[in-house]
Amino acid sequence: MAAVANMPVSDLLKSFKLKTKQQELLIRVSILCLVYILAFITRLFSVLRYESMIHEFDPYFNYRTTLYLTQNGFYDFWNWFDYESWYPLGRIVGGTLYPGLMVTAALIYRILHFLRFAVHIREVCVLTAPFFASNTTLVAYFFGKEIWDTGAGLVAAILIAVCPGYISRSVAGSYDNEGVAIFALLFTFYLFVKAVNTGSLAWSLASAFGYFYMVSAWGGYVFIINLIPLYVLVLLITGRYSMRLYVAYNCMYVLGMLLAMQIRFVGFQHVQSGEHMAAMGVFFLMQVFYFLDWVKHMLSDTKLFQAFLRITVTCAVAVGTIALGLGMLSGYISPWTGRFYSLLDPTYAKDHIPIIASVSEHQPTAWSSFMFDFHILLFLFPAGLYFCFKRLSDATIFIVMYGLTSMYFAGVMVRLILVATPAVCLISAIAVSATVKNLTVLLRSKNKGVQTGSTKGSSSSKASSKALLDQSQPFQKNGAIALLFGAFYLLSKYATHCTWVTSEAYSSPSIVLAARGAHGSRVIFDDYREAYFWLRQNTPPDAKVMSWWDYGYQITAMGNRTVIVDNNTWNNTHIATVGRAMSSYEDEAIEIMRSLDVDYVLVVFGGVTGYSSDDINKFLWMVRIGGGVFPVIKEPDYLVNGEYRVDKGAAPKMLNCLMYKLCYYRFGEMLTEYGKPPGYDRARGVEIGNKDIKLEHLEEAFTTSNWIVRIYKVKPPNNRW
Amino acid sequence: MEAPIRATEFLRFTLLSLLFFVCRSSPSHDLLISNAERRIDLTSHIVKVYLTLKVENAGSTPTSEILLAFPPTQVDHLATVEALVTKGKRKKTTLARLDVKPTELPDAPNGTKYFTIYLANPLNSGESTTLEVLYLFTHSLEPFPAEIGQSESQLVYYRDSALILSPYHIKQQTTFLKTPSTKVESFTSMEPTNRAGTEMKYGPYEDRPPYSFSPILIHFENNSPFPVVEELVREVEISHWGNLQVTEHYTLVHGGARHKGVFSRVDYQSRPNLNGVSSLRYLLARLPPRVHSVYYRDEIGNISSSHLRTDSRKSELEIEPRYPLFGGWKATFVIGYGLPLQDFLFESSDDRRYLNFTFGCPLLDTVVDKLTVKVVLPEGSKDPSAVVPFTVEQHLETKYSYLDVVGRTVVVMEKKNLVPVHNSPFQVYYTFKPIFMLAEPLMLASAFFLFFVASVAYLHIDLSIRK
Repeated sequence: MAAVANMPVSDLLKSFKLKTKQQELLIRVSILCLVYILAFITRLFSVLRYESMIHEFDPYFNYRTTLYLTQNGFYDFWNWFDYESWYPLGRIVGGTLYPGLMVTAALIYRILHFLRFAVHIREVCVLTAPFFASNTTLVAYFFGKEIWDTGAGLVAAILIAVCPGYISRSVAGSYDNEGVAIFALLFTFYLFVKAVNTGSLAWSLASAFGYFYMVSAWGGYVFIINLIPLYVLVLLITGRYSMRLYVAYNCMYVLGMLLAMQIRFVGFQHVQSGEHMAAMGVFFLMQVFYFLDWVKHMLSDTKLFQAFLRITVTCAVAVGTIALGLGMLSGYISPWTGRFYSLLDPTYAKDHIPIIASVSEHQPTAWSSFMFDFHILLFLFPAGLYFCFKRLSDATIFIVMYGLTSMYFAGVMVRLILVATPAVCLISAIAVSATVKNLTVLLRSKNKGVQTGSTKGSSSSKASSKALLDQSQPFQKNGAIALLFGAFYLLSKYATHCTWVTSEAYSSPSIVLAARGAHGSRVIFDDYREAYFWLRQNTPPDAKVMSWWDYGYQITAMGNRTVIVDNNTWNNTHIATVGRAMSSYEDEAIEIMRSLDVDYVLVVFGGVTGYSSDDINKFLWMVRIGGGVFPVIKEPDYLVNGEYRVDKGAAPKMLNCLMYKLCYYRFGEMLTEYGKPPGYDRARGVEIGNKDIKLEHLEEAFTTSNWIVRIYKVKPPNNRW
Repeated sequence: MEAPIRATEFLRFTLLSLLFFVCRSSPSHDLLISNAERRIDLTSHIVKVYLTLKVENAGSTPTSEILLAFPPTQVDHLATVEALVTKGKRKKTTLARLDVKPTELPDAPNGTKYFTIYLANPLNSGESTTLEVLYLFTHSLEPFPAEIGQSESQLVYYRDSALILSPYHIKQQTTFLKTPSTKVESFTSMEPTNRAGTEMKYGPYEDRPPYSFSPILIHFENNSPFPVVEELVREVEISHWGNLQVTEHYTLVHGGARHKGVFSRVDYQSRPNLNGVSSLRYLLARLPPRVHSVYYRDEIGNISSSHLRTDSRKSELEIEPRYPLFGGWKATFVIGYGLPLQDFLFESSDDRRYLNFTFGCPLLDTVVDKLTVKVVLPEGSKDPSAVVPFTVEQHLETKYSYLDVVGRTVVVMEKKNLVPVHNSPFQVYYTFKPIFMLAEPLMLASAFFLFFVASVAYLHIDLSIRK
């Protein structure tokens, strides 16, 4: 890209009497600045369309904790016991979260206030993700420069700036761990590759700190601590062992591990958890390897060395296996967690952990979402791999491994497309840069005859093309121009696709829903906030609200009320209890609710507006999760011939369970659509089966203007006389 | 629980006041009121009382002070008292405003509170004058029943005296009460009492001695919502670059009968005339003309249900709370807007600047329990002083806003119990040197300059140790 831009601007620059090197620097810096700005502003669609607000579910928890951190200071935050969630258990917030995001935002907030920018903490939180996305483009540039050349770096920066796979998690308002974690991930990898390339202790130390930041920010650090050992192992096997690698890995591993232990949520997992054992194994293997190398250096006799090698390797393997076995048996080393298993085996969660399987972002990825999130990168990725293999080095091996493993994980879980995105962008950037460079070299060499190749990359292909050039110059030239235009066309298509995806798909806050009205005007459904604000203002401050766990974080953050379960799904039994209450008859449910001290029950209902991700559509998951712990709840009771229905033909238990009653209470009197009978559910397109719903122990406390959120109050027990 | 206590208190008060008017022979003044007419407007939740007094000086010495008496229960809810005097004869009458000040009298019977009206010209012996007195009560309609369901209408009590409490002898007096609808559950009768349509007439009563008191209780329907702003903080920030930024933080509550039991959206949506008639659906704020960048939000974000209508003389902002407010329900929100500075900032003759802005709450027909007005002066302003037409508590604060080094002086004014009558202009005077306007742009410019110098230096200096 730089080469393309170079030509028209160079005349202008010559009038400024700049040297070529200065010209190049100026262009590079200005491109990077533009990319930096572009990455930021393309993520502001949501702010322009809606407002500066926090999106979705988890970000509300992060926002609430950040608020607490800025108001009460770091030590209170660290020791925070939250009474407002998981009633009556509570949650030790300081010890059960990755504090990197909150600390980062609070730090930015402090710095801005120190510089007398009187911004609100909400604005800081909303813009944290775009800011880090901008920083990621810089890291991508340096990474690309490290593994290929400057041109590839610039292209990588541009590609990653607008790549939908990354934008989906980093639009303004998406204040989630991933926002800073992708930056930390790529930065750690960059520093590690730099350390491997230079063998410098300083870079290695920097990568250890990068790793520390990543550990503090996101649970996805497990990917780093498994990928890097794997990479080292591959280098060892392919005979690329060097002193540089030894220095880089050992320093990074030891320091990174020690630093990571400072995060309370991670603690001693680096030495105790099965997921981290690979890194430790490779660490010891490195020592054995180094030792053997030293012995080989000392021993001149090859045969003796062969024998020594055999004994040492056998001993090392035996000791390692015994240590691991003993650790596993004694329970010192914990086995792999369900989440980890479900990554390796996509079907695992479906059979064993319904709570993981119930989350939509944990589903296996569909092909369409790959196309949606990567667009042309999907085709450029293999091309880039080809170029990488053609010019194999320590750095390209790393990016190839990163690309391939993360692509596998992206296929297992939708949300992990995010992790694959930087690798895909980098590899594709190599493809684009190398192709464009080859083509332009072809064009320029024709014009100026034999030109001294200022570009370093792909010299062999250049030479061969030059040889061909002499034979059929006009054809070559036209072909190159056509290919250049093709590349330009594809890249511009990519840009328009990215903008379209960002504005249409990834910029909705999902708290405020927008729809097109009958006359094409925009209709806003602000029911969630209506309900949460009602809770906040008009219920007693210690009221406990029972809802499905999806809304827990939002209720505590926006409604400021205690919830029974929330999105931190750490206690399956508690969630199952709520699921059981929702799927029981009212008089059974009231017992459960009384035992949990519930004052209000909140349900989300889309029957009036046609909003499909409501509680009735999530209800089978409640049944499954509830039934997983309490076998009284059986999924077939709610189905008719394996079919989930809410109309007249629905299962009797379905028509009378608490969730059905709460959602459809007095809905039978409501005319939702012209020409349809009253009680016509627009989300499911059927007339409901039970129109005469009587509530005995609950009463309607509040229903929002579009019925999306309905809140019921648990009545106090009747007097005995 | 509250009603019986109030009732006994009332009874006691009545007995005591009766005692007083028996034992006290005559007031210290020789004034008497030859004719008094009182009109009490009960249509909204702010009770407006128009009192027309014809005062006669029966004594020998001229006097310029006339006392108004209020029972202590009412004086707590008294928001404002204004007195006007009619001048001129017959058709060419003009009204002149008179000074009214609260007064403490040493021998006030039974905790009676007084306000003194200062006449512009002393009233000579034998002369008479006509005074128009207007006073407003807030929180004086007591909902009964105190809790109502969604479909019930709101009934309230109003307590007063059929006879005007006065330290003077009143020769003839009449009281008219206007209720919002014809639905009156009950009222105390004191002959002669008439009721016709929405109006009730007590009197005329002849020759009542000073401190006559006769409690009456009216129970009637008042379905208008009772918007009460429990606390309002208005911040007016002056920027000499041409903008006046106003931010208003509201804590709004529906002061009527508390909502009880179910809130049913079906009923509320399908039968709005029968259901939740007294609920607060929207509010109207009257803002100055040429208002721009108006926003309406709360702690959790923007509230999309608002409409702004502007014309050359005023701007009207119609806001709907996130949810309809039933009795006892609360909502907090923030309204902010910008105004062109030249409409509000002027230069006084002594080379000082002054801001001329409206005190009070822009929401129509709203009671404000506590109002804090903060005027944020630009950085570098000196000697602030505020001129407010009524008594307020004042102090100074310092606020740090964007790029402030020494902070901005904030003039804080606080007042309790406000009604729309208090929306009168006030002034804040201060001195300001225009050179301070350049401080912040210069700071930014120098920061950028330093950044570029640092970049240039970085590119030209080789810091590597080798070589």
